[in-house]
This record gives sequence, structure tokens and C-alpha cells, in this order.
Amino acid sequence: MAEITYLEAIRQGLFEEMARDDNVFCMGQDIGAFGGAFKVTEGLMARFGEQRVIDSPISEIALVGAAAGAAHMGLRPVVEMQFIDFIANAYDMLTNYVATARYRASLPCPMVVRGPSGGYVRGGPFHSQNPEAGFLHTPGLKIVYPATASDAKGLLKSAIRDEDCVLFFEHKYLYRRVKDVMPAGDHTVPLGLARVAREGSDISIVTYASTVWKALEAAEQMQTEDGISVEVIDLRSLAPMDEAAIYRTVKKTNRLLVVHEDTRTGGIAGEITARVSETCFEWLDAPVLRVTAADIPLPYAPALEDYVLPQTTDIVRALRRLAAY
Amino acid sequence: MASGTSIRAGRPSDHLSRERKLELYYWMRLTRQLEERLVNLYRQTKVVGGLFRSLGQEADAVGSCFALEQRDVMSPLIRNLGAMLVKGATPVEVLKQYMAKADSPTRGRELNIHFGDIGAPGVTRGFIGQISPLGDMVPVMTGVTMSFKMRGEDRVGLVYVGDGATSTGAFHEGINFAAVQRCPLVVVVENNGYAYSTPTHKQTAARHFVDKAIGYGVQGLQADGNDVLAVYDVTKQAVDYARAGHGVTLVELITYRRKGHAEHDNQSYVPAGEIERWAAENDPLDRYLGVMRRDLLATAEEIAAIDARVLREIDEATDIADASGTPQALDALSGVYADPPRERPLWFRAEATDDSYGTERPDGWGTFAADGGAR
Repeated sequence: MAEITYLEAIRQGLFEEMARDDNVFCMGQDIGAFGGAFKVTEGLMARFGEQRVIDSPISEIALVGAAAGAAHMGLRPVVEMQFIDFIANAYDMLTNYVATARYRASLPCPMVVRGPSGGYVRGGPFHSQNPEAGFLHTPGLKIVYPATASDAKGLLKSAIRDEDCVLFFEHKYLYRRVKDVMPAGDHTVPLGLARVAREGSDISIVTYASTVWKALEAAEQMQTEDGISVEVIDLRSLAPMDEAAIYRTVKKTNRLLVVHEDTRTGGIAGEITARVSETCFEWLDAPVLRVTAADIPLPYAPALEDYVLPQTTDIVRALRRLAAY
Repeated sequence: MASGTSIRAGRPSDHLSRERKLELYYWMRLTRQLEERLVNLYRQTKVVGGLFRSLGQEADAVGSCFALEQRDVMSPLIRNLGAMLVKGATPVEVLKQYMAKADSPTRGRELNIHFGDIGAPGVTRGFIGQISPLGDMVPVMTGVTMSFKMRGEDRVGLVYVGDGATSTGAFHEGINFAAVQRCPLVVVVENNGYAYSTPTHKQTAARHFVDKAIGYGVQGLQADGNDVLAVYDVTKQAVDYARAGHGVTLVELITYRRKGHAEHDNQSYVPAGEIERWAAENDPLDRYLGVMRRDLLATAEEIAAIDARVLREIDEATDIADASGTPQALDALSGVYADPPRERPLWFRAEATDDSYGTERPDGWGTFAADGGAR
């Protein structure tokens, strides 16, 4: 079996789930005949028709609200945000309506909101964001953010089958840069389970999405240049979060670096650091460190974007500080 | 502008039996009486939170929902208690909600009439609980009715918004998406003059809310919201239009909010005499009682019997609700997700039995050994 890209893996996941379950349908802007801004939904309308691949007005509130209504009635909508930055327009609908529906009213919301996320693509302030932390703060939502093509497909399929709303972040830098051979058969990856991306014994990195790859580069460099063995944990799911996997690696290496592409203050790295501090304090040989984006709207010019976003060299520098502590 | 009062070929309400027409009075009386009971309970502090009245608006809630079938789905707003009762919500449920009982429809999670019951047609009563951000239920009902269309089901949706909610983005996006998709949806705009303290002329520069229908390319109908038969007529027309596959109708019902936004609101912003004038000249129950006596030849005994039935039902419901227990604190942790079904208890609460925040220490850690003795 040939390798396919992260993007193609998502497309394959959509095809398979729509073929498997008539209740699954897609809504979004330009996703039908045009196939979507990144072509994730290319061919979907030709295969499944306009009733199940719906081109919508530019209305993120209506997309999320209508998905919730359809989900209440037993359908399984998959909504595309053309860029995940625009999910902010639907923040009320997701946090006030969807996230609370089961709890306040026993209303099921089995739906997926997915879209291209993240930077390193010279997209400027509104085509590069990573808004996952804002939603991690809201009980009632699930969040996944895969780093590999295989996980992208497997997690999407699980997200579509989940009984609650899953926000599915796709990294657009990875869309056509990473590839995998898909496992045979009905390939699903359970939500809430982290992956050991690289085994190591001296320092742990906990990360997700694009920075998994930068962490792996840094780990390789540390092994070659410093003889330091770095373990890399790819969270894959942010809600529910695999705390056990985090604590396991901390107790193994006693040194933790948390890395993410999103901004620093109020970010997910802070949450992970707090949990490790509460639970693994006695196991730490060094303070938990964070490598994240600077607290700055993401700028367009390469020199500026590269400065703001975490780079492999930043991770290496942080790892050396932890090793020397 | 189309108008509900301009229907020439007979009014839909002409086809309602005398019995059904008397039922309209029962629902309006039940709504008003139940709210009055809630006022008493509120003053006894048995209503835990705020109390929202629909005094003077009973006709628009009851008459509009009366046009729906059991299989149809409706989403009410805060002043649509009458619509919910018509759709099958019971006084016991409403009282338990307000009193935050453990066996209330939302098990104490949501307040007042924020509850619903949806599912398979014929099995459930078909209404969806609202949330407080206004206008949000329009896109949700767009999705509900989209599911009817996709599955070829003969079902219609109806969503209520107030004059204030028409200013929200959710209202605009929802009705526009439903219009484009030709969803079988009726959007009822209840124009009761005020959104909290804000009068309609500060809400919109449009002369009539129904004029907004033109911009969305949908049918627009308007009626006197205090004339229950006119409300039924115009809504039935919109429901039939949706059921026939023609799509969305925006219905404006003109009424008046005689109480404040909630029970605590003293309505200091209302011009003197305005409330009294509406109460004296345009009360929906008084108006319909006139119709009943004149056109239905309803006797004083018949009317008294309905009033007595309403009171008896509310008394019984109050006893049942009052006897219900309050929720167990730890029940707060269940039902956020299907999986996991329950969240972890707070470890710093006395009730916690969870020990996930362990004190496990590696050997040789720290100044003192785990037993407190010096190393």
C-alpha cells in the first residue's frame, strides 16, 4: 500500500465515514463542487450529492448551530471552517450552546468541526491561528489535533463516531508534508490516548501537532550532539487529555519540556505544567519549561513569523538547559 | 408586505371545531394561572432564581403553537410558556424547573422554561429548550428542519424570537441559511415593544420586523398578536407553506409585554399609562372571552368549568412539585459527556473519594522521609 499525505488521509476518512453511515454529512464554505479551499473535500459532492455535501453561506454561527440542530435529530454533521481562525465567529454557539447541550438539556451533539489550523505558512494573522486553548477551557467539548497522517485519519473517524462534539484541528503545514501508509481495514484511533513518538530516558517533551516534528528533530540532534536521550509524547487528543501518559514519561525522565505552537499565556502548556506540579512534584529534577509562540498576533513576514513561532533550535536550547539543571 | 389579515379564501381557524376553539382559551388561561402561581411561589422564595412572565402575550404563544402537529418541533423563548404547554410540557415540569428539583426535566441543571423533549416523531413532544444568548435557536432550528428535509420527513419547525433577537448575528445567519436551503421553518418574531428596557425603535430602523422577510427572500406575514385566532391563522398559513416545501416564513406578531423583563424589573422606562391601557383595552384573554361569548355562544358555566379545571390542575401540580426533593450535590458531576459519563470529584471537597492526586514519593526524595522522620 502506498503512502498518502495527511490531507489525503483526512479526505479518505471523510469518504469512508460517509459511505459507512448515511447520517454523516458535510457542511461548509466552498466544500462542494469546488472541493474546499485546500481540496480536503474534493470529490465528496460527486460521490454523495448536494444533500450530504452542503455549500453554505459565509455563516460560521449558522453552520455550527445548524450542525447542532441536525445532530439533535440523529444526524452526524461534519462542519468545515475554511480556516480555523474563523471558528471565533462561532465561539458563542460552540461554548454556550453545543458544549452545554448534553449537560443542561440531555441534547446529544454528535458533530465534528474541522479545519486547517496553524502557522509556518506565511498566512498572516488570520490564516495561521491555533485557537484550541480557548476551547480546552470549555467543559463539554472534545479536542483533537493530530501530527501524523495515520492519526489524522484514525482520529477523524473516531471523532465522527463520538457521541459528543469534537473540534478537529488539522495542521495546514502538515497537509502535504507528512505521509503514512494507512493501516489496513477500518482504521480508528481512540480519542484521549497519547502516542510515544520517540522513546527516550533523559528528558521528556510533551507536545502535539506541528511541533511534534520539531521536537523529533531536536531529540535527534540532542542524541547526536549531546548524547542525551529525549522522549517525545504526542498528545494527539487535548480533551480528553492522556494525563497518565504525561505522568508516566515525567516519572521516567524527571525532566519535562512542554512545547506548543500556540501562544504562551493561558496556553495549554501552562495547564500541563500545573497538573504535573500537582501530581508529580516529587519526581521532578528540574522546573517544567515551556517553549511556545510569543504572545503576539502572528505576523506575515518570514523573519517575523519565524521569530514568533517555536523552532527546532529553540527546543534544543531548552533541552540543554534542562539537561544542565 | 403580506398580511395575515388579508386572507380572502376563508380563515384556517374557520376549520377548527368549537371544542378546539374552547381549548385555545384553556391553554391561555392555564398559562396565565400557572404564572400567577409561580409569582406566589417566587414570593415564598420557592422559586430559586428569576421569574419571567408572559402576561398579555398568551395569545401569541398559544395561537401560534396550536398550528403545529405533534410531530413538528418547536423552540420557545422565555415568554412562550403557553407554546410549551400546547406542545405538551406539563405544569408539574414547569414548577419543578423553577423550583430546581432533582427530578425536574433538567435535573436541576437549567432554570425556568429552559427545557425540552425531542426525538423520534410520535414518541416525544417535540420542543427544544432555549439558551439565554438570543437568536441562537434560529440556526439550531435551521439544522433541525434541515434534517427533516434530508430525510424526507413531513415535519415542520417553528422558532420564536423577540424583537431584540432580530438584531443578533445568529438570527441573521440562521434565517438566511434556512432560506437558502428552503428549510421547512417558521420564524416567529414576537414584537412586544421592549427588549428588557430597550424600545423597538432603538432596536431597528425598519418600519416593521416583517419587512425583513423581503431581504431574506422569504414569505413575510404579520398579525395582531393579541388576537388568538388571527395568530393561529397566520401561523397555520406559514406552517402549511413550509410543509408544502416552499420554505421559510417570517411571522411578525404584534403584542405587548405588560410585565418587566423579569419579576425584579420595575419598568420605570415605560411611559405612564401605557401598561394600563393595554391591560384595559387589549388583553388577549378578555378579547377571546368576548369572541367565545359572541361567536361560540360559550356559557358562563362552560367558562367557569374551564377556569376551575385549570386551577385544580395547577393545585395538583404544585403539590407534586413541592413534595419533590432537591438534587444531590455530587450529581453535578454527571452528564457533561456521553463518555466519560462522570467528571472527577473535586479532591478538596469533603465528599471526594477520589485519590488521583496521590502523595506517592520516590524513594530518597526530600529532606524528610515519607513517614515524616528525618533522613
